[in-house]
Amino acid sequence: MAETLQFDLVSPERRLASVAATEVQIPGAEGDLTAMPGHAPTITTLRPGVLKVVGPQGSKSFVVTGGFADISGTHVSVLAERAVPLEELTPALMDQLIADASEATAVAVDKDAADKAMGDLIAMRTAAGF
Amino acid sequence: MPSLKDLKNKIASIKNTRKITKAMQMVSAAKLRRAQEAAEAARPYAERMNAVMGGLASSVGQSASAPRLLAGTGSDQVHLLVVMTSERGLCGGFNSTIVRLARVKANALLAAGKTVKILTVGKKGREQLRRDFAANMVGHVDLSDVKRVGYSNAQNIARDVLARFAAGECDVVTLFYNRFQSVISQIPTAQQVIPAQFEAGGVSSLYDYEPSEEAILDDLLPRGVATQIFTALLENGASEQGARMSAMDNATRNAGEMITKYTTIYNRSRQAAITKELIEIISGAEAL
Repeated sequence: MAETLQFDLVSPERRLASVAATEVQIPGAEGDLTAMPGHAPTITTLRPGVLKVVGPQGSKSFVVTGGFADISGTHVSVLAERAVPLEELTPALMDQLIADASEATAVAVDKDAADKAMGDLIAMRTAAGF
Repeated sequence: MPSLKDLKNKIASIKNTRKITKAMQMVSAAKLRRAQEAAEAARPYAERMNAVMGGLASSVGQSASAPRLLAGTGSDQVHLLVVMTSERGLCGGFNSTIVRLARVKANALLAAGKTVKILTVGKKGREQLRRDFAANMVGHVDLSDVKRVGYSNAQNIARDVLARFAAGECDVVTLFYNRFQSVISQIPTAQQVIPAQFEAGGVSSLYDYEPSEEAILDDLLPRGVATQIFTALLENGASEQGARMSAMDNATRNAGEMITKYTTIYNRSRQAAITKELIEIISGAEAL
């Protein structure tokens, strides 16, 4: 079994991370999951939340909103709609994310999903302590 | 025959023009590099996205429950053409080539009895298309105060397009933009985004899907539309700067040629005037 897996985090605008990782904690739409080397191939959609990568060089967290993760035994690729390193998250940015989400809720076809995403974001704000 | 002063003024004015075109060329070169970097940075996302969706689409696509974004509405009566052009001019044939392609397509569809709706992005295309298709224009996206095209711009356009599709205002959506090949060559491209088309067989079907394949596809297809629009916007941005760069390079070179030409004429007529005066003086002296 491989010791590490290749972790890639890409947003539409740039590649945020491409590192070796021993485990990746992913906020999946159906619940959180942790991908470790040798994980069964899975594709899951994401809910807004915190994604944590643990690797030989320490761990790093990112705030992601929506997107999906492509997991296999040797790599994890996360395609996030928006992704921000946790250290760079500010209350102002959080408010902007929530404002964007509420805008999206207003026009969304699938109200339930949009409301759920909204709830996740608000929970995240509380967790971040803003 | 223009006077010496006229010629001198003309040369000075061409020199000024050359300075401007030269500056514009250098600015475009810098902007092009940035635009190319942005397009490069967006590529991994778009590629993974297409690979995953291609795999999903090939396994779900055939079933009757396939999402409408993938399967279409079952008719192809109303076409929405999203024509992306630049906000500024002075970029050679950049806008005309896109508009020409869109016009040919629109005329072909109209001749086949289809309904054509046009959504323009960038005001240069709107100006050109309004002449022929004023009745078909359904909207315009203004990006003139956007310095750097971001994903949110693409999302807004996608939201607009998807809302129209969901409301049944259109059956087929096609993007028109210039694909960047090199500084001297940009390829006008028509790309159908709804119903989505993928190259088959991206990802193997060995994957576990969480939630179901259909649910993921439902979630991904709108994102896919936004991603394709974003890619198109970036390609278009790079193409615009490339086209402007080569147009301004040509203009600078032409200005240089004109300066040489007029300087030659100027020198000749100056010499002619001197010779004439000399002859007058000499013949005056001989007459004494």
